[in-house]
Amino acid sequence: MQKMPHWADVVLIPVISLLLAAAISALVILGIGENPVAAVTLMVKGALGSTYGWGYTLYYVTNFIFTGLCVSVAFHARLFNIGGEGQAMLGGLGVALACLYIPWPHWTVAVVGAGLASAAFGALWALLPAILQAKRGSHIVITTIMFNFIAAALLNYFLVNALRPKGAMEPASAKFPAATNLPTLHELLAPLGINFSKAAPANVTLLIAMLACVLVWLLIWRTRLGYEIRAFGHSQTAANYAGINATKITVITMLISGGLAGMMAINNVMGEAERLVLNSVEGAGFIGIAVALMGRNHPFGVFLAAILFGFLYQGGAELALWTSIPRELIVVIQGLVILFTGALDNMVRMPLERIFMRLNKGGA
Amino acid sequence: MDILALLDPQILASTIRLSVPLLLPCLAGLFSERAGVFDIGLEGKMLLSAFFSAAVAFQTGSVWLGLLAGVAASMVLAAVHGVASITFRGNQLISGVALNFLAAGMTVLIAQSWFQQGGRTPSLIGGARFTPITLPFASDDATGLGYFYSEVISGHSLLTYFAFLCVPLTWWVLYQTRFGLRLRAVGESPEAVDTAGVSVIGLRFAAVAICGLLCGLAGAYLATALQAGFVKDMTAGRGYIALAALIFAKWRPWYALMATLLFGYLQALSLRPDSIEAALGFSVQVQLLDALPYILTVVILAGFVGRAIPPRAGGEAYVKER
Repeated sequence: MQKMPHWADVVLIPVISLLLAAAISALVILGIGENPVAAVTLMVKGALGSTYGWGYTLYYVTNFIFTGLCVSVAFHARLFNIGGEGQAMLGGLGVALACLYIPWPHWTVAVVGAGLASAAFGALWALLPAILQAKRGSHIVITTIMFNFIAAALLNYFLVNALRPKGAMEPASAKFPAATNLPTLHELLAPLGINFSKAAPANVTLLIAMLACVLVWLLIWRTRLGYEIRAFGHSQTAANYAGINATKITVITMLISGGLAGMMAINNVMGEAERLVLNSVEGAGFIGIAVALMGRNHPFGVFLAAILFGFLYQGGAELALWTSIPRELIVVIQGLVILFTGALDNMVRMPLERIFMRLNKGGA
Repeated sequence: MDILALLDPQILASTIRLSVPLLLPCLAGLFSERAGVFDIGLEGKMLLSAFFSAAVAFQTGSVWLGLLAGVAASMVLAAVHGVASITFRGNQLISGVALNFLAAGMTVLIAQSWFQQGGRTPSLIGGARFTPITLPFASDDATGLGYFYSEVISGHSLLTYFAFLCVPLTWWVLYQTRFGLRLRAVGESPEAVDTAGVSVIGLRFAAVAICGLLCGLAGAYLATALQAGFVKDMTAGRGYIALAALIFAKWRPWYALMATLLFGYLQALSLRPDSIEAALGFSVQVQLLDALPYILTVVILAGFVGRAIPPRAGGEAYVKER
């Protein structure tokens, strides 16, 4: 017997968890002597009040869709990929190499080539942890954390020693050629008669991210591989008994997961910075964990959760600009969301289940 | 070439200083994981403790009150981890990740609100810091072994010596006491402990509390002994290196000491790239030295240097059979 209707599981629990996280965040804001209502108003105005704000919000949304999908695909196979940060860093390296060393004729071709490079580099960075998990049983959480640090050191090395133009002081690559620059939402929406902000970084990658959501949904629920991934996640022994190869599924799932994280680089490296800089990922790989948990590992849920976090991120930046509340407020909210939707799930679930059980008994 | 440049007393002394904030969280993780509770949140607990110990030490001028505040803050976070992962049987890894973010954000938020210095505390002076202790018989003009004793062993803070004392203490608690036996058992086979009539939940909470205590000491050491005050993100991944050292040590106290001394030595070396060049005749990339602890851990995990087998019931909440 189902303890709870399906809608309560997918909608009610995340919403209650979110409200709990929001309530505690409000207390935190009160605690540092600021007004939570004024803060939220400012965030809404800053993130959604102008096309400039929307342009930044959607830029962050694009990042978080990719990293959120990365974490959620791995979650379906019950693998916890904390390595999205490092995989996205390596994706950035792939994009940079592709943009700098291949003479692309037009951005449409470049985005395909650089996109493939980013996915390949991201997937490669997830390959070794995947193999170690499958063959040696070494915990993927630990290995992916280690690979985040190794990626940071590797990127640092590349930017300082190899990609930095001669004479430049800053550890960053040269500017990518103009033919690889992606059209921004301003350029895309102008023909439709919509005047979108010119300065905001949101670009065509948003559409690629939305396409990725659809593709991931197709993969997980409409293909044989997706079925195998889910079966493996539900019960490894049962999947094994059904002839599903554990090593193969672990490695393939992690390759897809790492590839998705890597593709984030199309947005932040190719679309926004148009060159590779240190720390270009800015923690988006970790926000993907919150996004995936919040979105219940469903691509549509990830899309919605990414919008929420995009709003929080841009709103938080505005807060830091206009008040004395530092940007780190968003890190607190992120931690609370992960805590309530991920770790304290049962705290919300158990009382709700009891309520529904009682309602069912009363109805019958 | 001068191999001895790698054993320069200054480098060795800084190895000891840099090992402490790895050793304490490593032992903390050892208690927690031996009892079957994975803890990715070592980093966050250290960070929170670093902030509160520095903040309270600055306000009161007493490093001891600071230490107390830091340990208390760390233990609050440990309690949340315990409630999430033991009481509500939530995912221990996710809980740890969440607490790390919470600590990273809260410390800056509160620091900005209290001190308005961009997420740091003011510098600590005088009694608000742990000061170096000169051990008896140490003198500046000793030679040979006495020189080593005076330059490397002597001149650290009280917390440093206590951290090294924690190694035999941990060994004794784990292997020589009834509590330790039960603690190890609860990480391997909680149902057996339960059958024996001992509380699994009580033991695990005790382990998590010890973990909070040791992380609290580590955080206080960072902010009041190694440095003079708190700065944003000052743990700089040490909680994760401690996790790596824990695997490297295969969850055993004496090996944990060796692993953290090794990682501390690597950190000390990367501060002195000139000495490597003097010793080996060529320079080593600083980035490689930074990444070495992590690479070594992956190599260990890959099983090239013997297999690291974690406690069997690690990461799983215990559900009483009905």
